[in-house]
Amino acid sequence: MDILVLMKVVPDVVEELEVGPDGKSLDTSFLRTILNERDDHALEQALLLKDKHGGKITLLTLDAADIDDVLFTALAKGADRAVKIGGVESAQSTQTVVKIFGDVIAKTPGLLPADLILTGVSAIDDLDGLMAAPIAQQLGWPYTGVVTGVTMADKTATVIKEFAGGVRGEYDVPTPAVLGIQAAEKPPRYVPVAKVRAAMKSATIETVDAPAVEAAAGVEVQQMAKPQVGGHAEMIEGSPEEVAEKLCELLAQRGLI
Amino acid sequence: MKHIAFQDIPVEPLRQTFVNIPPWAQIVTYVGGAAAMGVFCYGLWRHVQRWRAGKPETVDWNWAERIKALLLYAVAQARVVSDAYAGAMHLAIFWGMAVLAAATGIATVDWDVTYLLMDFQFLKGNFYLIYEAAADLFGLALIGGLAMAFYRRYVTKPKKLETPYPPTFGFDSAYLLLILLGVAVTGFVAEAARLAAQKLPWSAWSFGGHVLAQAVWGMSPEGLVKLHHVFWTAHAVLALAFIALIPWSKAFHIFSSSVSIFLRKLTPPGALAAGEGVADAAGLTWRQRVQVDGCTWCGRCQEACPANASGQPLSPKNLILKLAGAVASSNGSTPKLHGDIIKANELWACTTCMVCEQVCPVFIEQPRAVVDLRRHLVGQGEVDKGPQDALTKLQRYGNSLGQSDRMRAKWTQGLAFKIKDARKEPVDYVWFVGDYASYDARVQDTTKRTANVFQKAGLDFGLLYEAERNSGNDARRLGEEGLFEMLRDKNMQAFEKVQWKNGSRIVVTTDPHTLNTLKNEYTWDGDKPAVVHYSEVLEQLLGSGKLPVARRLAGCVTFHDPCYLGRYNNIYDAPRNVLKALGVELVEMPRNRERSHCCGAGGGRIWMEDTEKLAERPAESRVREAAALGVTTLVVACPKDLVMFQDALKTAGLEGKLVIKDIADLVEEATRPA
Amino acid sequence: MAGNIWVLAEASRGQFSEITFELLALGREVAGQAGAPLEAVLLGSNARELAQKLGAADTVLYADNAALADPVPESAAAALAQLIKEKQPAAVLVPLTNISVDVGVVLAAQLGVPFLNYCKDLKAEGGNFTATCVLYGGKMEAAVSVSAKPAIIGVLPSARQADAGRSDKAATVTDVAVTLPEQKLKFKKYLEPAAGDVDITKQNILISVGRGIQTKDNIELAQELADVMGGAVSGSRPVIDQGWLPLTRQVGKSGMNVKPKLYLALGISGAPEHQEGMRGAQLIVAVNTDAKAPIFNIAHYGAAIDLLEFAPAMKEAVAKRKGA
Repeated sequence: MDILVLMKVVPDVVEELEVGPDGKSLDTSFLRTILNERDDHALEQALLLKDKHGGKITLLTLDAADIDDVLFTALAKGADRAVKIGGVESAQSTQTVVKIFGDVIAKTPGLLPADLILTGVSAIDDLDGLMAAPIAQQLGWPYTGVVTGVTMADKTATVIKEFAGGVRGEYDVPTPAVLGIQAAEKPPRYVPVAKVRAAMKSATIETVDAPAVEAAAGVEVQQMAKPQVGGHAEMIEGSPEEVAEKLCELLAQRGLI
Repeated sequence: MKHIAFQDIPVEPLRQTFVNIPPWAQIVTYVGGAAAMGVFCYGLWRHVQRWRAGKPETVDWNWAERIKALLLYAVAQARVVSDAYAGAMHLAIFWGMAVLAAATGIATVDWDVTYLLMDFQFLKGNFYLIYEAAADLFGLALIGGLAMAFYRRYVTKPKKLETPYPPTFGFDSAYLLLILLGVAVTGFVAEAARLAAQKLPWSAWSFGGHVLAQAVWGMSPEGLVKLHHVFWTAHAVLALAFIALIPWSKAFHIFSSSVSIFLRKLTPPGALAAGEGVADAAGLTWRQRVQVDGCTWCGRCQEACPANASGQPLSPKNLILKLAGAVASSNGSTPKLHGDIIKANELWACTTCMVCEQVCPVFIEQPRAVVDLRRHLVGQGEVDKGPQDALTKLQRYGNSLGQSDRMRAKWTQGLAFKIKDARKEPVDYVWFVGDYASYDARVQDTTKRTANVFQKAGLDFGLLYEAERNSGNDARRLGEEGLFEMLRDKNMQAFEKVQWKNGSRIVVTTDPHTLNTLKNEYTWDGDKPAVVHYSEVLEQLLGSGKLPVARRLAGCVTFHDPCYLGRYNNIYDAPRNVLKALGVELVEMPRNRERSHCCGAGGGRIWMEDTEKLAERPAESRVREAAALGVTTLVVACPKDLVMFQDALKTAGLEGKLVIKDIADLVEEATRPA
Repeated sequence: MAGNIWVLAEASRGQFSEITFELLALGREVAGQAGAPLEAVLLGSNARELAQKLGAADTVLYADNAALADPVPESAAAALAQLIKEKQPAAVLVPLTNISVDVGVVLAAQLGVPFLNYCKDLKAEGGNFTATCVLYGGKMEAAVSVSAKPAIIGVLPSARQADAGRSDKAATVTDVAVTLPEQKLKFKKYLEPAAGDVDITKQNILISVGRGIQTKDNIELAQELADVMGGAVSGSRPVIDQGWLPLTRQVGKSGMNVKPKLYLALGISGAPEHQEGMRGAQLIVAVNTDAKAPIFNIAHYGAAIDLLEFAPAMKEAVAKRKGA
């Protein structure tokens, strides 16, 4: 089966994020990027399906700093082809990215036909939309999001979607379909550095040019700032025994014990 | 060929080889002997063939060192005797058999060379009598040793002697003891029959057989002839069978263990070689095959292993024997090791503390086997979540704690002075701080105190700041060679930027793990810097007077030898000298120096969750050992030890009874200006 | 501003989720600022009586269609799209929950407009909307102006108090007709988590454990504490993912939304998805060795100590107080 995985990188929040000089975007001087966690799960789900059914996995991303590492790692894990879209500024609104992807998917030979398009259902920088539904709309394919399990049979994907309270829903989705992955059935696999390095030597990443698309409209950031920390807990000091005592006192006053 | 009867009593003491044995039987004996030798040689050749089927490995042919090892450890058995009972027992059996075998050899020369070809025997007169006495003495020693062995194995039944995975056959141990005992006893009985039959005046020189002969002194001559025939035949059959079957029993360790000792590792103990993962027996090198073949099933490694003691499913002994079994059964097809024979949780349980390698009497490198097998698992991506997270963080951020590499030197904020940036200013010492000492809140205070001490002593030192990465030691021990290489390369790049002053080139590390890999596993082009541990630097500063002791510290402390400082790098005295200079009284723990008991953090275990229900974690065992001494303080010289023992105090319920301090904390306390 | 303010009501198997009322509370404010009516949109099948609970809105638009009985987002989105075309609202507030998010994004895709994500606050000013959106996992907040028409806005839970969106007022219900195309995908069934013995949403006291619990065995410590306090054990997602607690004990975005009298968070860092599930608790006490953990921002009381030491100590202290 043929699977197309759409991936992107987002700011790595391990670093302290700062607001840039324009007051409405991130300061890029020490910004590092990391693969969107949901996209990592989408890739893992694709790999699990390939393990079971064979076929090909193609990766599609925008060109960005350090994207090559991400793509080579995915190729080392078992993806077959990597395509990056060059000539675009990396920080784009999600709507714009959707248009670019939609165009590239339709026009680049070999990306379609595919049985499934998998991508992470959301990312921490998705302000003006989520990726999967609009792409499905452009292609006229069915879409399901918040997916935590995919089983393929013939031309149907049986999909588990997460609701709340531990309840999930099971759907039959005819393929080709677009799925927004919340979590793969297994945690993303480990690939040793040696394999990634081997992939860097043996595999190539293709580049295609970005189409000219209209900038997205309708949503505009006016200002960005670190959140005001509304409140903070009153901290209880002391040894665990002392803390327990004080807390018991507190709870007793409120009639909780 | 003559038939010498008992009645042909010699005039003077003389060795009458084949007395009472008819010529046809003598021929059979020679034929049997040849056959036994043939079978033995075939078996020996098969072992050698299996060794040579291993992958290539280069050996440093330092003949002097290797022959020394052979004499010290194979002949004198210096590691075997560290256990007094087992040592005495084994020496008795070994020298008993060796001397008796030599006696047979001498008799053969006497009879089939000098007598046959030169018509002359040297086994006569006083020389012969001494020969007889010696043979009897060592024969009794052999029986005594075997008795000790029987008692140990079947009465005391130490756990380490249990062998669930014998590479030869299940009752091999019993077989070996019984057949040797049989050889010894039948030998004495045959001798007793001869002495009783001949009633020689010098009979008492063969004192063992002589005493036994009293039991049959009155037997009829015909009876003694028959008795002698029966027991002499039995003796010949058992002895020749034993020789023939050596290559198929663990008796072969006589040869394989010797070769293993001869091929002992002469490179630094802490250095692992790069290499591929081992998926099956074909992946072992020829030297590794010799080692696993040389295992004597003694179980000392298992007994010393901290993982095993805490209830983990790892036994270094069983691991080696499983490999030996796989090698033995590999005739063309190699059985797959992982999953069926060796389980992943066995391999992940190892802390790489190296006490197994340290105590092994035949110099097997168990940790190397563990790492080789782990390399295969990592290559397949079969890594549990805990270590996988750590490896991913190491790769991304250069530290296992997942914090930004830019924050590595944040601990220096709050110091009263600015530490030099070794990439920008010339320094004498580069201080490679390490992950835990830099990022872990529980260790940072000690790191600051170390900085203060260095500064006070006027040490000209600098840091690599955010260019420093995890040294890669533990990534390599987890089996991630590629990650180790990547970290090493990044660190080497950082070192290239260092401005060394006056050609000094010294790197001082906080963590012994860092010390190990920088010193033994990094390939430095050009001038290799001297890599030292901060305890060595402190020793030097205190010793030279550059760091004066403002107040001597009182009290009793004990010291935990870090695995990677002690066993891996033979540094035991520097921290002790530091403690001496500070004035504290050092009380040694029972398991000290080379026998130090690992805290359980090494080999990547600090990143793993305990999935098994453990009897007692290694760190808990260690703090209990320290607390039992009645000292106030357990002194450590490794950041991971600090963290592990502080946690263990809580879970072992010993808070208030013992305090964990780093050696730098004590130095700072003692040298702080009044 | 032309156009009404709509709130998409979320009902699952005959029950409204709290966020519906939270959105009505927010919607009421926004409608007031915009000078426009507030309308609730309820899509379902034979669910008209539910509409009565939405009295906080000026009108309830109820669309009944058999295809809306099952949770198929495409159907709901198609229905909404039709209604929007007819009635031209200015904004549609969509609950950002697993159930409704797909309705919002599919709707936005069908209409060709943006879907504003992660909104925690909303204002109508001068013909446009200004939203406060949470980005980068909570590390940044952005003030965003939305000029798209209609503005489809995904609102996070706890933007307002649910009670402010409840009303005894009888709702004015308008029936609206929608024709829905055949949907390609089919909803087959709900997968319930294995029947749990305990319903954590009904507990007064929850002892909740996170990654800090370290091992499955240590959960016993939490259970003992819960027993002596008369509460139950719950957990954050990592603990459930490990299989140390059943799904029914999960608190958070994909788990349960709990509002106990006491929520004792042990070793939980307080990621946004977890906070969603428990920030409505009356008293939140957090224990975590990391003094900087985000949980301390929403907790009322906290202690930066090791939960493995705290739990047994607390058990002793409570037992003494109760028993002695």
